Amino acid sequence: MEHAGFSPRGDQRLLPGPGWYTGVLPETRIPLLSMTAEPLDVQAVVRRVEDEAGAGRPGAVAVFIGNVRGENLGRRVAGLHYEVYEPLALHAFGIIAAEAAGSWPGVSLAIRHRVGSIAIGEASIVIAAASAHRAQAFQACRYAIERVKQIAPIWKRETFDGGEEWIEGATADPSDAAARQAAYQRACG
Amino acid sequence: MRISILVFAKLRDLVGAPRLDRDVAAGSTVEGVWQALAGEFPAAAPYRAALSAAVNAGYAKFSTPVAEGDEVAFLPPVSGG
Repeated sequence: MEHAGFSPRGDQRLLPGPGWYTGVLPETRIPLLSMTAEPLDVQAVVRRVEDEAGAGRPGAVAVFIGNVRGENLGRRVAGLHYEVYEPLALHAFGIIAAEAAGSWPGVSLAIRHRVGSIAIGEASIVIAAASAHRAQAFQACRYAIERVKQIAPIWKRETFDGGEEWIEGATADPSDAAARQAAYQRACG
Repeated sequence: MRISILVFAKLRDLVGAPRLDRDVAAGSTVEGVWQALAGEFPAAAPYRAALSAAVNAGYAKFSTPVAEGDEVAFLPPVSGG
């Protein structure tokens, strides 16, 4: 669990910045690749990927926000619950970030997925891609969400009028070259 | 040898628990672990074609050998994002 100003997650650290010297509390960074049960903070994801891009702001940041729809497969959705195999999901995000860096050199990715119960209209995932130029940022961002849907061990259970059901999509296989190629083509299409 | 089996989502519902500790024969593969699980929970057996697997939180093939103390996870088709 996280709250403002402090997080027990191991790879989050306090950065001495300008605020360090003026008595303002330094900001806590979220991890570049992460999960949380708390509502997603889009700006925190953007700030994190901008940090990663190095000195000076990157020329372009593309952001994807996935929100929970109130309607799916022709039925009214009351809510969603996301289950995750966290260590493998973080590993999957790392694979995706490495693939993107290979295809779009110089691009940095931040991926943050929400877990647990989410209300209609709330965000389930935020992806931010930073690059010197917009074309690469847009493409890498699109690639990342396609790959998350293909390989990340995350499952959603939909509650709708009259019941609930696990939604099943792709069989997760990071070594499936055809799936990876399909994600790349969607990104560049 | 003793191993742990992790199951998720609909597969966990079918098995009735998120984690099972089981003894399997030395030299078993992920496939062997699955066959033992499917034998114990026949309702899960039809899942085989759609499953993927992980050993110790790394993606694995069904031909991957497992060792004492390993954590073997079976993953139904995913739906994140």
